[in-house]
Amino acid sequence: MNNLFKKKDRKGPVLFSEYKPGSALLKAAGMSRDDILFEIKDSGLKGRGGAGFPTSVKWMLTASADSERKFIVCNADEGEPGTFKDRVLLTEYPELVLEGMIIAAYTIGAKEGIIYLRAEYSYIKEFLENKISELRKYNFLGKNIAGKDGFDFDIKIRLGSGSYVCGEETALIESLEGHRGEPRNKPPFPVNTGYLGCPTVVNNVETLASVPHIINKGGDWFHKFGTDKSTGSKLFSISGDCKYPGVYELPFGISIKDLLEISGAENTKAVQIGGASGLCFPESEFGRKLCFEEISTGGSVMIFDRSRDMLKVLKNFMEFFVEESCGQCTPCRIGNVRLLEGVKMIERNEYTFEYIEKLKELCGTMKIASKCGLGQSSPNPFISILENFKDEIFGKHLNHNYDEKGIKKSGISAASYS
Amino acid sequence: MNEIEKKIRREFIHELISRHGTERTSLLPVLQEFQKKFGYIDGHSQQEIAFAMNIHPVEVNSIISFYSFLYDSPRGRNTVRICRNIVCDFHGSNEIAEAVSREFNLNSGQTSEDGKITLEITNCFGLCDKSPSMIVNENVYEKIDKDSALKILRGL
Repeated sequence: MNNLFKKKDRKGPVLFSEYKPGSALLKAAGMSRDDILFEIKDSGLKGRGGAGFPTSVKWMLTASADSERKFIVCNADEGEPGTFKDRVLLTEYPELVLEGMIIAAYTIGAKEGIIYLRAEYSYIKEFLENKISELRKYNFLGKNIAGKDGFDFDIKIRLGSGSYVCGEETALIESLEGHRGEPRNKPPFPVNTGYLGCPTVVNNVETLASVPHIINKGGDWFHKFGTDKSTGSKLFSISGDCKYPGVYELPFGISIKDLLEISGAENTKAVQIGGASGLCFPESEFGRKLCFEEISTGGSVMIFDRSRDMLKVLKNFMEFFVEESCGQCTPCRIGNVRLLEGVKMIERNEYTFEYIEKLKELCGTMKIASKCGLGQSSPNPFISILENFKDEIFGKHLNHNYDEKGIKKSGISAASYS
Repeated sequence: MNEIEKKIRREFIHELISRHGTERTSLLPVLQEFQKKFGYIDGHSQQEIAFAMNIHPVEVNSIISFYSFLYDSPRGRNTVRICRNIVCDFHGSNEIAEAVSREFNLNSGQTSEDGKITLEITNCFGLCDKSPSMIVNENVYEKIDKDSALKILRGL
């Protein structure tokens, strides 16, 4: 238990580089809001949750909104299966996250900040609360922060209650307001109509943790890492069949192959990138790069070796979505149930390729018609696993109309299915 | 539930509300803290909370039914969560969960007869690098196996 809070010897270009607590905060307090916005814009920082919306645009829209009350919300509802980078940041680098929030608050003019911490991480709450009280002691929170007249800001922690969909920013806001965590229609976006109808910035833990480093070392410095469109570094939560699972900070644009090498993975058959709602890549695609322009991800990397049953992987993911769909919109509520049924049909060898094809059409409908990211992305594993591992899956689970080689009356073999 | 128990709960609800206020935004913290003290949120208390905060009781119930960490029926003294995500599953969490089920004669979501534990087979809780993992109340156990898990639970 205490082991989790012990700072490990981590190395990385940005987040895991050296940092003197409080330094960025003091520097930011001496800068104008426009200068900070300019620096963030210069850095090209994009949302680290996976969607990749430019942070400077979010901040600018909120900063320019005309309102007495504004909020900064730290999205620590890290629910994507296979992701645990926020846990590492919150337990080992809390000063980066909290100072990032304070700098954001100063820039957009927010007086209140909320950390929405997932219920599964409730064991981190007390630790964070102590860190917040420390900051109050040093006058980094409270009234006239860092001696700056009129800069008042405080942070409170709100616990989630075990709902994956609350990681979606509008569902998170609904939950904060005391409702069921059901996503809202967008627009309006939280930047002008957010928590309690006020302009609100919702940022991922990792996004906020990058801010102090950018302030200290400048946007140009941050721009040096990564690719043209994906600047900086990314935390990858690597787990599964590898020798050294854990959180790695690596520049954007790294290939899947390199990740496998770093984590000591051998005999790898498949890599699921982006958690349950991400895509599954076979060996032939291990040369592809992880960045916003190629494979966009929140950082979850699950590695499966040759002994693993890919249909079992898919079933596990679809069971997850059936359970976590909030049930508000029909494509997601019913669609995921149908997809899971399809997986079970394959498992029992009671399927037809025509029906699987129909389910793929349904996937298309879900992507277009679902209200939020959950239903829009839950078809991803269904499509990519069935497509990339069709030989394994349909070869192992022969349809009763086919013989053991996958060939019968119609002459269609499992291998020729595409 | 007898009148005394109801009264204790009512008084606690009023204490919570005087601390958090009656705004709708306070509803989840009130429910969470109530549950932390009494283990679950019974129907009568749901109504008390609803009236005190001027919300329809059905809405309070709908909130509780939405969130998987809020409960409306009695729970065991300890909540045991075992991760069912594929990474933990491939590392044996499924067998561990089965062993726990057999030992205490319960399924996921159920409470053992002696009221000692409630078992929850939960979705990923972010300990994949230390899989398979288990959370008992707020204590994290990393890289467990069948024997170590049972040992921990027997010692509760």
